[in-house]
Amino acid sequence: MTRGKRIRMAGVILAAMVCMAADGSWLRRVPDTDRQKTNPFAGRADAVAAGARVFDDHCAKCHGEDALGNRKHPSLRSERVQHATDGEIFWLLKNGNLPKGMPTWAALPEPMRWQIITYVKSLGTESRSEIEK
Amino acid sequence: MRKKVGSLYMQLSCSRLILLLFLALLIGGAVRAQEPPYFVTYSDVMEEPGNLEISYKGINAAPKNANLFNSGTVEFEYGLKAYWTTEFYLSGQTTQNDPTIFTGYRWENRFRPLMTTHAINPVLYVEYEDINEGDRSFLEVVNHDSISDVYAPNGQARAARQREIELKLILSSNTHGWNISENVITEKPLDPSGPWEFGYALAVSRPLALEAGKKACVFCRENFYAGLEMYGGLGTTENFGLSGTSHYLGPILQFNIPKGPSIGFEPSFGLNANSVGLLWRFKVSYEVEQIFGRLWRK
Repeated sequence: MTRGKRIRMAGVILAAMVCMAADGSWLRRVPDTDRQKTNPFAGRADAVAAGARVFDDHCAKCHGEDALGNRKHPSLRSERVQHATDGEIFWLLKNGNLPKGMPTWAALPEPMRWQIITYVKSLGTESRSEIEK
Repeated sequence: MRKKVGSLYMQLSCSRLILLLFLALLIGGAVRAQEPPYFVTYSDVMEEPGNLEISYKGINAAPKNANLFNSGTVEFEYGLKAYWTTEFYLSGQTTQNDPTIFTGYRWENRFRPLMTTHAINPVLYVEYEDINEGDRSFLEVVNHDSISDVYAPNGQARAARQREIELKLILSSNTHGWNISENVITEKPLDPSGPWEFGYALAVSRPLALEAGKKACVFCRENFYAGLEMYGGLGTTENFGLSGTSHYLGPILQFNIPKGPSIGFEPSFGLNANSVGLLWRFKVSYEVEQIFGRLWRK
């Protein structure tokens, strides 16, 4: 194998590793105790409205006002996020995914973080193309 | 005369603030930060990647047996990574019966070494500063900094430059809506004969409401933060301790205007005879979201 091919091969492997790491690997790191935490605001209409406001202030700048993400930031209406437990998403908000660019939101009061989760879960799974239809 | 200088400064400050706000509004896209409202103490909250925060921090003081002075520092804080924030500072001051002077610049980087959140979260801070002895920004208090430092006239103080490396260990915890932060500060002049200088900063704060309301409002309690901050010097390697050092304690109030700037205020009370009696501190900061993405889109 020539040196050029080896470099290209290494590039492909590196790209594949980055994609795999961005593919929800954080979910595997969530401890069971956090995974099972229950959302005290689950299903409350007032929490959805309040969560929408907090989402707009803190999350929409990266994930989009419609939460569908963009080139660099994942959609929050994907099956992976929508099927994650509230506790798993709460763990992600607390810890972030710093190497991947997701900051920690531990300084945001806990009730506000639960309100965001309530709102995001209320959006359901939908892709950009489905919405555009 | 004092009144005249004060009013001139207020005009300058207001015009700076208006200019800052105008520039920020021109770029658009202000967002509310989760950042605690401290003036001196750093917390573990990093700037979000791609965001630029522009701040103006001002101080107004009338020290005993010295001329009234007003200091201003403009800060540009940028989130390079979720675990790495860089910040650039420009400082100046104006003193009654003295010329207004530029007092120098600082460039700092903050790194979060642990990738998950713990009960106590460390952040490492490294800063290079090139300032002169006319600097009255009080961004930190170390060594035997005291009220006597403000007695030197600006013409004399500006000639004495200080190039230093500053290191901080920032420890910060978030629990039940409270943020508690402690900073251990050390400074080393680049002049090899200069001793290591030490200082500290401690602070605690909390938003007035932990839950967001369902309706948008400007004066909701969740938009206000209250806190308490204490900072001071701890001497040097040659003379470590509280003797001859100055210390300050002040309550803080910050108002995060929805979709607008944050405005903070802190009267810092000097706790001993070495301290300036009272520092009136205020700041306005504005966060521009995803600054480069925004510029490229335009």
